[in-house]
Amino acid sequence: MNSNSIDATAEKGTSLWEDAWIKLRKNRLALIGLGLLIFLCVVSLLTPWIAPYGYEEQDLLMGATPPSAEHWLGTDIFGRDMLTRIMWGGRVSLMVGFIATAVALAIGVIYGAVAGYVGGRVDAVMMRLVDILYALPFMIFIILLMVVFGRNLLLLFFAIGAVEWLTMARIVRGQVMSLRKQEFVEAAHSLGLSQWIIIRRHIIPNTLGPVIVYTTLTIPSVMLLEAFLSFLGLGIQPPQSSWGLLINYGVETMEEYPWLLIFPGIALSLTLFALNFLGDGLRDALDPRTAKD
Amino acid sequence: MAALLDVKNLKVHFHTRNGLVKAVDDVSFSVNPGETLAIVGESGSGKSVTCYSLLDLLPKPPAKIEGGTAMFDGEDLLTCNKDRMRHFRGNDIAMIFQDPMTSLNPNLTVGEQLIEPLIYHPDKERRQDRATAKLRAIELLNEVGIVDSERRFDSYPHEFSGGMRQRVMIAMALINEPRLLICDEPTTALDVTIQAQILELIKKLQQSRDVAVIFISHDLGVVAGIADKILVMCNGVAMESGTTDNIFYKTKDDYTKRLLSAIPEGAKTMKNRAQAGSPLVEAKNIRTWFKDFSGSKTITVKAVDDMSLTIKRGEILGLVGESGSGKSTLGRSILQLVPTQEGTVTFDGTDLTSLSPKQMVPWRRRMQMIFQDPYASLNPRMTVFETLAEPLLYHGIANKHNVTEQVQALMDDVGLARAHMRKYPHEFSGGQRQRIAIGRAIATKPELIIADEPVSALDVTIQAQILDLILNLVERHNLTMMFISHDLSVVRYISDRVMVMHHGVLVEQGNTETLWAKPKKAYTKNLLKAIPLADPKSERTRLSN
Repeated sequence: MNSNSIDATAEKGTSLWEDAWIKLRKNRLALIGLGLLIFLCVVSLLTPWIAPYGYEEQDLLMGATPPSAEHWLGTDIFGRDMLTRIMWGGRVSLMVGFIATAVALAIGVIYGAVAGYVGGRVDAVMMRLVDILYALPFMIFIILLMVVFGRNLLLLFFAIGAVEWLTMARIVRGQVMSLRKQEFVEAAHSLGLSQWIIIRRHIIPNTLGPVIVYTTLTIPSVMLLEAFLSFLGLGIQPPQSSWGLLINYGVETMEEYPWLLIFPGIALSLTLFALNFLGDGLRDALDPRTAKD
Repeated sequence: MAALLDVKNLKVHFHTRNGLVKAVDDVSFSVNPGETLAIVGESGSGKSVTCYSLLDLLPKPPAKIEGGTAMFDGEDLLTCNKDRMRHFRGNDIAMIFQDPMTSLNPNLTVGEQLIEPLIYHPDKERRQDRATAKLRAIELLNEVGIVDSERRFDSYPHEFSGGMRQRVMIAMALINEPRLLICDEPTTALDVTIQAQILELIKKLQQSRDVAVIFISHDLGVVAGIADKILVMCNGVAMESGTTDNIFYKTKDDYTKRLLSAIPEGAKTMKNRAQAGSPLVEAKNIRTWFKDFSGSKTITVKAVDDMSLTIKRGEILGLVGESGSGKSTLGRSILQLVPTQEGTVTFDGTDLTSLSPKQMVPWRRRMQMIFQDPYASLNPRMTVFETLAEPLLYHGIANKHNVTEQVQALMDDVGLARAHMRKYPHEFSGGQRQRIAIGRAIATKPELIIADEPVSALDVTIQAQILDLILNLVERHNLTMMFISHDLSVVRYISDRVMVMHHGVLVEQGNTETLWAKPKKAYTKNLLKAIPLADPKSERTRLSN
């Protein structure tokens, strides 16, 4: 009578996840996306050791120089190496993107699944709460958090995640409400399975398609949100950097020193492409109805 | 007399990712004005593709018409250009689809949809103004048997019942006075009494207007009374064609014989296994009411109202009723899948209504359900193995080491090849899926199974196989069963005792054969009268009365 034994069998047989991995390996675009993401993450992790310069190291004689042999991606107006700054910025941006999205994903999926599955009055109350949070001005919420708890990078991740989960919850709830009425869920119920197992094994896997797509859209929007907050002085502060912040500064000097905008822009776009390719691949791979080959 | 439509050597191929599928392979037939041709075959036989290709309704690619001609009144439908095709669709050939629920636009009134083809007619000269079109539409609604048609003209589709919607669809098809009417399984989604009415209507309209009809169906029994000619198709090939009487009485083709023998007919051949002594299930005065919040006022729907019943051990109890009669809700109430407001359900001496959901769990193992739609009742993201292993492991019937063996034994039991264990539901046909669902239901070795229309979504030949499987399993595993269906022939074929339900209450009950021979209530008599007979001669006299 325990749920572990059910999962144990999934390991030796082909299960949804194993099949998904087999299919994903055959999807070249998704693999490129995955490879690129891994590469970006590894570079970010190793930045303190492999970055060519220090992130606040200034070469005052070389202010705002275009790409050269010495500075591959040029320098900014204070003479700091752009490659180094993009590498350091990637650490912050990727971390915000992944952690905040993970927070949003965890809260949103569980909250939405419970509201949609239980339904009735519980659903009404839970969704009104979401509506109230939607109506709350985001900036005021963040500023309040910062004022109360002080400026803190982790808090920033949490705050962004705490805002982004609302849409996720709505999406999942809609999916679950239509799944709940399906006969296979009723069949699971008539087998006597507990509510939690029904939600975990029969409901959530069937909501994965839209959830994955929405997740890949959330990660870049979270990165831009961080840039916006930092720009207002609520996020990270120079000399620390993030891609969003670099892009913001790059925009200001776009006409004179275009490389200050182009290179951080490329870094962000590459991440976005990689995520979209991987997301599409995952969605197809997790749907058994798409062909295995 | 020249044929209105003459199809010769039609070939339609589908170029799919998994290779070439010859959906229609060298099929020829013809229809004269005022004649009805029935195209009969199982799903996948190419009967619908044949007709869709005539009206250029197939998605191309993957479909491609590889050869043949379809001469309609001297013009080839397969090679004519788009404008000409639109002309044919608008004026000469109309189509009625299977599902009246989805073939009407829910956001437009029925009247608006009816007059659309008249007021927006591509031929400027034939275009009519709104007032004239409305008169014409109301006249047609009267003709197809919609009462109070002037008021109903402004109703929305959801305000009509399924049968009424199909009548509206027929009126819509007739509005431009077509010369050929194609009906794609127009009665499959309908109750038996409604089916009889719609068949009668099509026959009457055809005779009064002298239109030619192509009637597509998977059930030879349905077309017996209305078809003049029958074309039997299987796997894209025409197996046999001929007059209705020849097909029914003098067929030499094995496939046609199989189709004919699959029609459930006559009484149950197995003996009644009902045991004396205390019944397995005893339900007293069950009331299951729902609150409907969708309208402006909250309405209480009395789905099941004060029903009492007993099911003896070893018995197969048939529960009959039209859609909306509350028969499915009654089945779910007995299993405590929907909360009951009042009454008691006693299972093997224990009152289930007094148990908490947690206390119910060990009881659930002893009672299971088979659902109607094998496409919806299996989790699309679980393999056969996972689906069947779940109840075994959850209830501790199998453990990690012997679960594979037990799943294989289950698959043998319901007639599934062991090799398919790692496949997903979408890789199976409807009949095979229903076998998986039955396997899941018997996995916990239950005593009671409630089968809710388990064969009504299946083709008639598959239906016969599944019915035999169910009878076989009942015999071997000593099961008690409640069999819910709107199809009276099926119920008669399978059950020992029958209950008839209407509007949430019991109409009458009795032993199957006694009830068939001497129904007491008028409602039951009407139901029994509406069963289509798989015998053209008697069916024709029945329809003309």
